[in-house]
Amino acid sequence: MDNTNVLEVKNLAISFKTFEGKVQAVRGVDFELKKGETLAIVGESGSGKSVSTKAINRLLPKKNSIIESGQILFEDKDLLTISDKEMQKIRGNDIAMIFQDPMTSLNPTMQVGRQIAEPMVKHQGLTKEQATEKAIELMQMVGIKNPKQTHKHYPHQFSGGMRQRVMIAISLACEPKILIADEPTTALDVTIQAQILNLMNNLKKDLETSIIFITHDLGVVAQMADRVAVMYAGQIVEIGTADEIFYNPMHPYTWGLLASMPTLDIHQTDLYNIPGSPPNLLHPPKGDAFASRNEFALAVDFEQEPEMFKVTDTHFAKTWLLHPKAPSVTPPAEVVRRKQKYEQLFGEKKLRIQTGGEVVGSRG
Amino acid sequence: MVAEVEQKKPIVEITGFKQYFNAGKKSEVRAVNDVSFNIYEGETFGLVGESGSGKSTTGRALIKLGDITGGQILYKGQDISKIRGRKKLLDFRKSMQMIFQDPYASLNPRITVKDIIGGALKVHGIYKNSKERTERVYELLEAVGLSKEFANRYPKEFSGGQCQRVGIARALAVEPDFIIADEAISALDVSIQAQVINLLKELKKENNLTYLFIAHDLSMVKYISDRIGVMNSGRMLEVAEADELYIAPLHPYTESLLSAIPTPDPENERNRVRTEYDPKYHQYDDLTKVGLHEIAPDHYIYCHENEIEVYRKKRERLLREGQKYA
Repeated sequence: MDNTNVLEVKNLAISFKTFEGKVQAVRGVDFELKKGETLAIVGESGSGKSVSTKAINRLLPKKNSIIESGQILFEDKDLLTISDKEMQKIRGNDIAMIFQDPMTSLNPTMQVGRQIAEPMVKHQGLTKEQATEKAIELMQMVGIKNPKQTHKHYPHQFSGGMRQRVMIAISLACEPKILIADEPTTALDVTIQAQILNLMNNLKKDLETSIIFITHDLGVVAQMADRVAVMYAGQIVEIGTADEIFYNPMHPYTWGLLASMPTLDIHQTDLYNIPGSPPNLLHPPKGDAFASRNEFALAVDFEQEPEMFKVTDTHFAKTWLLHPKAPSVTPPAEVVRRKQKYEQLFGEKKLRIQTGGEVVGSRG
Repeated sequence: MVAEVEQKKPIVEITGFKQYFNAGKKSEVRAVNDVSFNIYEGETFGLVGESGSGKSTTGRALIKLGDITGGQILYKGQDISKIRGRKKLLDFRKSMQMIFQDPYASLNPRITVKDIIGGALKVHGIYKNSKERTERVYELLEAVGLSKEFANRYPKEFSGGQCQRVGIARALAVEPDFIIADEAISALDVSIQAQVINLLKELKKENNLTYLFIAHDLSMVKYISDRIGVMNSGRMLEVAEADELYIAPLHPYTESLLSAIPTPDPENERNRVRTEYDPKYHQYDDLTKVGLHEIAPDHYIYCHENEIEVYRKKRERLLREGQKYA
């Protein structure tokens, strides 16, 4: 993994027009994607993770979505301003997508081999025969048995896991630079999920593709991600390397997410849950959007939106708890345990939260 | 979670249950093939397995959504296949309710929450007067953590977790003794799953319920189950108390299920070794001495008689080593 950015998203804000008013689905999102890395975006449904990534591929409905501000830079082009024709050359070619539900995102009336071949005919100018041959190779690569026969099958003849492999084969057909995977394994069984994740990790190594992996399952994130961005109510509230997010989380929302994950430890019998539900983004609350569900909320959280505080060069969190003047708090037991593990693993004393961090204005 | 089930009184007894679809035809599917187990009063029985293992079919047969191919299912001592007639069926369904997987698809989008929950009360004629019925709906909404202002809203106005709460309120409306939750949390976000699990646990305590909790992964099931059954391709492969199953998973299929669950811990994930399972493992040529054998008290494995000793040794070894998958 080298350090060049293949994609930069800057101050992206997206709203949807509805009968009740404007829903501010994404409210100022910044991140960059490096070459060959997997960036996981986690958050609850409605946190804006899918909307932000659909904007990258310009897949949002034109009728009711409004890009309020922002830039999406890919190879010196702003994907939000280029023409539809230019976008068509990029979509499916340089930036490909894997969707959650393999049944509804495949064409039920088209042989899978032809669906895999289609982007190669469109983007790479291969003939149908060449493309079919390559499609069979791809099916072999993603672990579909007997591709010589099965490429003529229709989606309904495959199981859920196999269909998702077909989806992956389609997305890899043009060897994209960026692969956006939107909950690719949520509809699958755990055993099949393990196979698909393994497959994606291997393909990433072989092809040096950068992956944006969207999910709400932190277990999957731990297995896949190099870096993690946590989204809440249309904003990134914490971003850092996987180790930093899992072992040294700073934002109370990340704490809640980690503490509510089930473990297989039989001694843990009670499950922590984050109370309440996410705010209505028709009228985003004043101050920190998470404040009303946050047991660690400070008075300032209800008044003023926190800035993005820097924890390390790679780790940022949007919570007033990192302000030098903030009181020190004790995170939930599960998070304390994780921080202890962080210390063991990396031998750094980052346990004390009251040390605070410097404010990074440009990210705020 | 070890529940004190003092004198174990079975509420459900399933013996030799078989469900074949398209029986006798070329396309015959043996969804469930000779499954037997009991569910005791006051416990939560977790039923786990991947899609196609027959766990949902078992749940559906139990609540009598269709006729079974073979075997016997007793509910409170009564053979459910003998329940006929509107009155008797109503009584049966009043006592047993179901919570479904997809919170949106299982609620009628065109009627309000009040009518969805009140509908159950109306069908069973529990409250004749609509004012009393509305009062009860408010009570139920509060019991599942929703405010009563929501009563006049439509399902589309709710989030997935809230819809699932409405589904739970509907199941509770008729004061059942037994609730089948078929993948009731799979469609929800992790943090919301935790909320619903905790709610179900609370309601169980308050209302003296027995649950059959069907799920496809073993991580959440632990928090709610007293005993767990693991199914694969129509067979029950392992039944054990919840704690025991996580410390000493004996059947290779259970092991593979446990090893497939990703844990929210990058360091564990880097060092993790996954075991794969080949279904051929439990396909025996000669079925005469094959069945669910008791390896230890309350711990059953589907195996050949000759394998019992091997499993016993494996159990002792695993208990000595302590928990492997935590």
